[in-house]
Amino acid sequence: MNYIMAFLFSGFVCFLAQMIYDNSKLTPGHITSLFVVCGSFLDLFHVYDQLVKIFHAGALIPITSFGHSLMHGAMAATKEYGIFGIAMGMFDLTAAGISAAILFSFLVAIIFKPKS
Amino acid sequence: MSSHFFGNSVKLENVYISSTGTTCGPLEFAGPLGSYFDKGYDDYHCGEKSFEKAERKMLRDSLDICLKREKLKSKDIDLFIGGDLMNQNTTVHYLARELPQPFVGIYGACSSFCLSMAIGSLMIEGGFVDQVVAMVSSHNATAERQYRYPVEYGVQKKATTTFTATGAISTLLTNKPSSVKVEALTLGKVVDYAQDDPNDMGRAMAPAAYDTIVTHFQDLKRSFKDYDLVVTGDLSTYGHKILKEMMQRNKMDVVRYNDCGCLLYDINQQEVFQGGSGCACSGLVTMGYLYPLLKEKKYKRVLVVATGALLSPMMSAQKDTIPCVAHAISLEVVE
Amino acid sequence: MDRKEYDQLAEELKPNGHRVKNGLNAFLYGGVMGAIAQGVLEFFMSIYHCNEKEATPMMIITLVLVACLLTGLGIYDNIAKHAGAGTFIPITGFANSMSSSALDCKSEGLILGIGSNMFKLGGTVITYGIVSSALLGVIRYVFTLFW
Repeated sequence: MNYIMAFLFSGFVCFLAQMIYDNSKLTPGHITSLFVVCGSFLDLFHVYDQLVKIFHAGALIPITSFGHSLMHGAMAATKEYGIFGIAMGMFDLTAAGISAAILFSFLVAIIFKPKS
Repeated sequence: MSSHFFGNSVKLENVYISSTGTTCGPLEFAGPLGSYFDKGYDDYHCGEKSFEKAERKMLRDSLDICLKREKLKSKDIDLFIGGDLMNQNTTVHYLARELPQPFVGIYGACSSFCLSMAIGSLMIEGGFVDQVVAMVSSHNATAERQYRYPVEYGVQKKATTTFTATGAISTLLTNKPSSVKVEALTLGKVVDYAQDDPNDMGRAMAPAAYDTIVTHFQDLKRSFKDYDLVVTGDLSTYGHKILKEMMQRNKMDVVRYNDCGCLLYDINQQEVFQGGSGCACSGLVTMGYLYPLLKEKKYKRVLVVATGALLSPMMSAQKDTIPCVAHAISLEVVE
Repeated sequence: MDRKEYDQLAEELKPNGHRVKNGLNAFLYGGVMGAIAQGVLEFFMSIYHCNEKEATPMMIITLVLVACLLTGLGIYDNIAKHAGAGTFIPITGFANSMSSSALDCKSEGLILGIGSNMFKLGGTVITYGIVSSALLGVIRYVFTLFW
């Protein structure tokens, strides 16, 4: 069941993005940025948490969850550090993804050669 | 002004093509015209460390082949003219370090092929030089890197995209009679029909090609019937359709008209979207395919209209429209 | 022919592309990506006996690693040709944008190439993620103070 839910939500988000991509002149850069902003906006009223509860990985894998995690980390830290928590906790939840992306990208760039 | 001039067009009397060298990448070599090219490479690196160096190597090889055919050394040439798609004309300028004679770098985007031939022809016709080598190159990966995305970036191309051809062409122009001559040329003016989609070059460039073809025909009082073939440089399937429709709506009788971008690849089998583009596209088709046919007298007179979108990614991001240009040269068999 | 007429003519002849097919493909590839992520997530939950929240970073790291490897091997862009948004919307697309930029600029060296170009495409996601989260975070923080 979880698999079907994950499939449906992740597929739906990608389908939305594809519709925007095919029917406008926006580049993938525009669309991913837009979706990240949407993600953090949905976290404003704790909507995204509900989505994660229902769709599990389906809601965690699209780039929208990146915005959600940034916002979530920031909000969690405000409980302890007040307004400064926003900057201090921003990367709490996304640190793993970004560090991994930087590290692996570097290693890939060192090892491989662009193929075209 | 001399009597050779007719508006924006010039009729030439003693400019001949005596030799040529064409090198191409893997996809062009596997395409329908592959067997016509002098040398093809199996991969985009051509044994070099970067794509830019690979492009330079292709150009150097084409120059060597071109000169070897006529048993010439590069110091026998009076002038080199070259252009490519990169910033600062990287490929030709860095190759020009190895040349012992004066070098003129030109930029006309994909129209560089006809532009370099036109300037060389005018120099010879004017009697300033005897032998000129015109060379152009383009490389899919270097063009992607500069104008679009990193080569390994996963992005779905839009349906209107064209595929930059990989290849290099060197052409030796002389004033000594040979079997094919450059008979007339028309220099185009920059046309902008307010198109701003950098993924849709065919649509942006079609008006420029139209303008140049009409000017050429008016200046020299000719029509499509005076040519065995009229080819545009790299309008691709979509731009080709638009141009044809434009000319028909203006009551021109369009016969024997094709586009290099559609000829160079097998559009249905190879993954090239709307067709080929880039300096190498018009160059490979003209010098690799049409030139031998002219030599065999299968065609008598051919008009090549190389089109160029003079776009800068920076200005595209600033929402500016794309200026386009097209230059035409007419090649004729010497009787 | 004026510009308006030209635009009309060009629109008429415009190649259609395969919008329906593209949409369906994006849905399928994106969905499969979600299902794979779910599988990885449950795998880590079972071997480390942790909850979903703790297993999420592990799942993301794994997928990022796979995406970077596929980019290096030159496979990712071939999948993306068909998948479209199905590959650039999931976190793997972010990994691909970074590794492809880094790989592409390898020829310019470690610092001027890989180092300074890695975020050429992916940077925008981080920038707008932070800007929007900070703005919305401040708004929510202010609200929580008074309510």
